[in-house]
Amino acid sequence: MLNQYPWWKYAIISVVLVFGIMYALPNMFGDDPGIQLRGARGLRLDTASFERVQTVLKDNALTPLSSTMDEQGMKLRFADTESQLKARDALQKELGQSFTVALNLLPATPKWLESLGAAPMYLGLDLRGGVHFLMEVDLDSATRRAEERYVDDVRSTLRGEKVRYTTVQRRARGGIEIKFRNDGERQKGVDVIDRELSGLTVREEDRGGEPYLVARIGDQERQEIATFALEQNITALRNRVDELGVAEPVVQRQGDRRIVVQLPGVQDTARAKRILGRTATLEVMLVDEEHDLQAALDGSVPPGSKIFRTRDNAPILVKNRVIYSGDNIIDAAASLDTQTGGPIVSITLDSRGAAINQRVTGENIGRRMAVLYIEIRTEIEKDEAGNIALDSDGNAVRSKQRIEEVITAPVIRDQLGKRFQIEGLESVNEARDLALLLRAGALAAPVDIIEERTVGPSLGQENITQGFRSVIIGFILVLVFMVFYYRLFGAVANLALALNLVLIVAVLSLFQATLTLPGVAGIVLTVGMAVDANVLIFERIREELRNGNSPQASIHVGYDRALSTIVDANITTLIAAVVLFNFGTGPIKGFAITLSIGIVTSMFTAIMGTRGVINLIYGGKRVQSLAI
Amino acid sequence: MEFLGSDTRFDFLSHRRRAWIVSGALIVVAIVSLVVRGLSFGIDFTGGTLVEVAYSETVDVGDVRSALERAEFGDALVQYFGTARDVMIRLPAGTDQAAEVSIRVMAALRSPFDETLVDSPQGGSQQCVATGNPESRDCRVQMRRVEFVGPQVGEELTEQGGLAMIYALIGILIYVAWRFEWRFAVGSVLALVHDVLITLGFFSVTQLEFSLAVLAAVLAVIGYSLNDTIVVFDRVRENFRKMRRDSPIEIMNVSVNHTLRRTVLTSVTTLLVVATLLVVGGDVIRGFATALMVGVIVGTYSSIFIASPSVLLLGISREDMMPVKKEGAELDTSP
Repeated sequence: MLNQYPWWKYAIISVVLVFGIMYALPNMFGDDPGIQLRGARGLRLDTASFERVQTVLKDNALTPLSSTMDEQGMKLRFADTESQLKARDALQKELGQSFTVALNLLPATPKWLESLGAAPMYLGLDLRGGVHFLMEVDLDSATRRAEERYVDDVRSTLRGEKVRYTTVQRRARGGIEIKFRNDGERQKGVDVIDRELSGLTVREEDRGGEPYLVARIGDQERQEIATFALEQNITALRNRVDELGVAEPVVQRQGDRRIVVQLPGVQDTARAKRILGRTATLEVMLVDEEHDLQAALDGSVPPGSKIFRTRDNAPILVKNRVIYSGDNIIDAAASLDTQTGGPIVSITLDSRGAAINQRVTGENIGRRMAVLYIEIRTEIEKDEAGNIALDSDGNAVRSKQRIEEVITAPVIRDQLGKRFQIEGLESVNEARDLALLLRAGALAAPVDIIEERTVGPSLGQENITQGFRSVIIGFILVLVFMVFYYRLFGAVANLALALNLVLIVAVLSLFQATLTLPGVAGIVLTVGMAVDANVLIFERIREELRNGNSPQASIHVGYDRALSTIVDANITTLIAAVVLFNFGTGPIKGFAITLSIGIVTSMFTAIMGTRGVINLIYGGKRVQSLAI
Repeated sequence: MEFLGSDTRFDFLSHRRRAWIVSGALIVVAIVSLVVRGLSFGIDFTGGTLVEVAYSETVDVGDVRSALERAEFGDALVQYFGTARDVMIRLPAGTDQAAEVSIRVMAALRSPFDETLVDSPQGGSQQCVATGNPESRDCRVQMRRVEFVGPQVGEELTEQGGLAMIYALIGILIYVAWRFEWRFAVGSVLALVHDVLITLGFFSVTQLEFSLAVLAAVLAVIGYSLNDTIVVFDRVRENFRKMRRDSPIEIMNVSVNHTLRRTVLTSVTTLLVVATLLVVGGDVIRGFATALMVGVIVGTYSSIFIASPSVLLLGISREDMMPVKKEGAELDTSP
């Protein structure tokens, strides 16, 4: 019999229908104000912390609608914004040291749907509001820092092996330069470095009759430094983002030198940039009190020392050997000094730092110690005419400005250990930011923000409204047109179109693909193009009818003949969509995703879906005419 | 309901020379304009900073400009965006501390109102305080959107965007050559190049902003227009096998006529939704919708007047379209 579907085809259609409705459903429930808690500095939450949170809430007479905990942290939903804010303040006060507390809107998806893994669509930043940063890691600077570390290693290794050298220093244009007394010592030096410092490759060089060695970091090691710098930066950025108290942040590697950071809901981009981008670290050194500062200022800087400036621009001579640096800091907290009332940062060192601190301060009581604050800023260089200077590759030339400032240079009164304080900060805010930066760990290499896209909450909401309205209006226009033009068959096509919309939403929700505003535009476009398959089929059926075929045969042949056309046409569109996806950044990817999903789901609904309904209506009967 | 009667017999192919003149003229205009005036690239491509703000009351653009000038942003482009309360500010790329620009712009805009941004609730309006008054209130100047694109990112995008178009065209060329025949592949790609050039030309002549979203729309146009062309080609192939006695030109004509209603109908439904986007989609989507509008119209035209005639011009014959050669097939009579 023509035009009858076997039961299993209806079963497939029904299963898809149920699946679609189920996974699209969570989008109907809206959000509740909520709070998300995560362990600070990568700490895991456990049942004990769950209990602590509940106790704090109970003490403050707050009852959340629900509290759940998973690997990502704890989620609390509240009935209204007021109790949400109260709970945030209470939790921040009681547990702020060990948790990051972030306000968020949490989906009000019913439990039974959640247990099926159903969740509402994941909205992009252009719809929910927030900040998107693309950051480029300055890998040259990571290499330079590695070279600076190697200078010390070379010195101590040569000394340890009793090789006599005159000077070891880093050359400004890269590489480490070692000067020897004579050729024999140099040869010994080559052997020692080859044996002990395998990351370096050395080359002999003679200048003015003096024997030199130039050591460079080998390619493999360079690669490792780059990878390490990128990973270390991602970790540090994650910690910093946690400190900002953002719910559902994204910190992701992109390519081999870039990092994407997304902060939903963040409004104060200035603070976000300050915290994320700053490459601040501390280095603690001893003040050189044996040599004369004035003589150094006049040009004879003693070897191994360097002139720095303090906050009030006074020069200070410091022994250029780092005792310990920001890497050894495990905690830092801002507070006010109980005696002077000035802002201070209390610092806790790790065991290695503490041991060094103990030894060095013990040996140097009565001398002064300098706390050096280092920050690297990037600026794009300009030529005389004020245009951006470009290098031979056409990239903007960036100069790194290294800001080095001695924050404080106190006299060591006592042997210090694990804990100490930094004074001499300008304001409470500065103390707070410095503590935050030190706590979150230093960046292994400076980062530049090379792209920013921030959307305020009002624009995000407006985008949602306009996008939603476009989908509805476009959908209704097409529905009306199809019924008007194809009558009963048009109505069937409309059913398929509605199912198609549900399926797109379901697939987006299931895979938690990001829905952006161009993505919404993609859905709208799909609505217009999805009926194409039905138009093709219906026109074919009309044609067959005109050729004098029976209604049943016309339906059968119409679907049959149109199939290969539809597949060809859709696959070519899919090719364009895939190219678009691979090329696209953020929002454009969203468009490619919805377009691709729409193409695939529409093939199903427009061919199999409509056929099922048409067969139900006409199949297996004696039909005189079709309502087409 | 039906339109265009039940069986149209327009002689499209005999108008092909006229169509080529029209298209040729449009393409010349497009290319000349692209060369002479170029595209008005948005900051996605040029790099730079864009800040969109909403004031609580109407504001004079001159006041905004002078506030910016005081902060040494003399090269800022200030204009209303929608209403007299919404202002858009653009700054060229290349000022130092590039990522800091938007922060300084916001500070400059807020300085006349003596307000500083403080912690604001997620999803709520931005909260500000005035000097000497810790009580926070809604900021008079609300940041709606900030976009900053570094020069290197813009350059990469331009390059990748161009490459994306070429990849899309090559992919299509291969697929169509595989499913049909090389002449059809060339014909469809010619039609696509035609559509892309005219759409780009439209943006060049009108100097509408060419943003990343517009580029996405152009790629979508490639997909759409091809869809149309493939449907026609599919019918051409079928008719070559069915209409043994007719000349290729006649077959082409019949095929275009057979698919005409479908071509027009799909364009109508697509234009319905694109028009919806254009009207209610908001400012961000407007450029995107405009490109689609132009592209869909041009694409529909090209699939009728450009794609099939190109295939004819390349000398298609019945033999090329036969799955297996059969005896007695008529000889090629193409021009």
